[in-house]
Amino acid sequence: MGIISKARKKSPWIIHYDCTSCNGCDIETLACLTPLYDVERFGIINVGNPKHADILVVTGSVNKRNVRVLKNIYSQMPEPKAVVAVGACACTGGIFKECYNVLGGVENVLPVDVFVPGCCPRPEAIIDGIVLAMEKMQEKAGLLKKAANDTKD
Amino acid sequence: MNDMVRNLIILVITILAAPVIGGLLSGIDRKITARMQNRYGPPVLQPFYDFFKLLGKERITVNQTQMMYVIGHLCFAVAALGMFVLKQDLLMLIFILAFSNISLIMGAMSVRSPYSKIGAQREIIQMMAYEPVLLFMVVGIYLTTGSFMIERLFSSALGYGKPLLYSLPLVFFAFIYVLTIKLRKSPFDFSTSHHGHQELIKGLTTEFSGPQLALIELTHWYELVLLLGLISLFFAKPLWVGILIALGCYFLELVIDNISARVTWKWMLKATWLIGIGASMANIIWLYMKK
Repeated sequence: MGIISKARKKSPWIIHYDCTSCNGCDIETLACLTPLYDVERFGIINVGNPKHADILVVTGSVNKRNVRVLKNIYSQMPEPKAVVAVGACACTGGIFKECYNVLGGVENVLPVDVFVPGCCPRPEAIIDGIVLAMEKMQEKAGLLKKAANDTKD
Repeated sequence: MNDMVRNLIILVITILAAPVIGGLLSGIDRKITARMQNRYGPPVLQPFYDFFKLLGKERITVNQTQMMYVIGHLCFAVAALGMFVLKQDLLMLIFILAFSNISLIMGAMSVRSPYSKIGAQREIIQMMAYEPVLLFMVVGIYLTTGSFMIERLFSSALGYGKPLLYSLPLVFFAFIYVLTIKLRKSPFDFSTSHHGHQELIKGLTTEFSGPQLALIELTHWYELVLLLGLISLFFAKPLWVGILIALGCYFLELVIDNISARVTWKWMLKATWLIGIGASMANIIWLYMKK
């Protein structure tokens, strides 16, 4: 394992996007940054810039208005990247699933790597989800490298 | 010939060792900052993890010239540090350091993102605030030692053995003041914050991603070592006292970073010009009076 893939596991920078969340999941996500949970000890930083981010954390269900923004943020992130859907709404659409304007969970729009269920999920569960996403990202980076080598040959 | 080989060896060692020292210092910075905020904090090696991770990211460039500006930013900073360890001209060193910063500003200005542009404009204001103080520092050193060469500070043969601080206390104070701006620490971190906070997306570095951001981080480590080196100049003899004081000043910066909130650019400009230029001018006038 190279030094870069080792480093990748230890420094996931997350960007948090609130689709149409009721703020319950957002508060739990931000609670991870507080002294009590302090995700920075795993190297996790909450950045505001998609170009610096590795992991997209989405809360809330996707609707017709914010799908454009969500896709825009995702496409600005450099590879390798991962998506974590936090909360029941982001996973499936939750109680808003049947609404006329709701497209459902994030999986209908973006390739989601980790689902963190719960309404709202506990900060421990969110941290666990991000750690899982790091492993998925590692796999993806390997696949990307392989694909790049295959096209070279 | 022998001298040249020796200089080359010093240069190579500096170029290799400076990022390691700078990275470790920023790791310790993050750890201490976390402890001050009652958090556990990332491992000390965290800046290196971030650096290598960023190197492995996809290369997204907004335009073709952007990478060149980043490399310029790095190379000028390395050149300035090289001049410092070879004890060259201090005035030239300050100009080269300014060039390094201007490269970054040009890089941020070369894209169309408004966040990046606002960040660049704020960086220009910051430069406007601290450059005069750096120049006054050089003038003060010239008035004391009679030369712009750093070598002069270390040579007792030329009749100068006292630490600079005895004759330049106010200039030293002004330099510590502008150090906060140079290190992008709170309260003067409005062009871009050194920590992973969110302000104006990310100010100056908004449009730099992956390896480019890694190079900017690397440059920051070089700059950090150079600035701490400049502090230790004031206590040049013996050198270890200077290094200890420089580390003490760095700790002071961390404390200031954690106890203060960001100020507006107007306030910063007024305060830096009033306190920074005021203190260094007073010191220089005092030097004239003493002569």
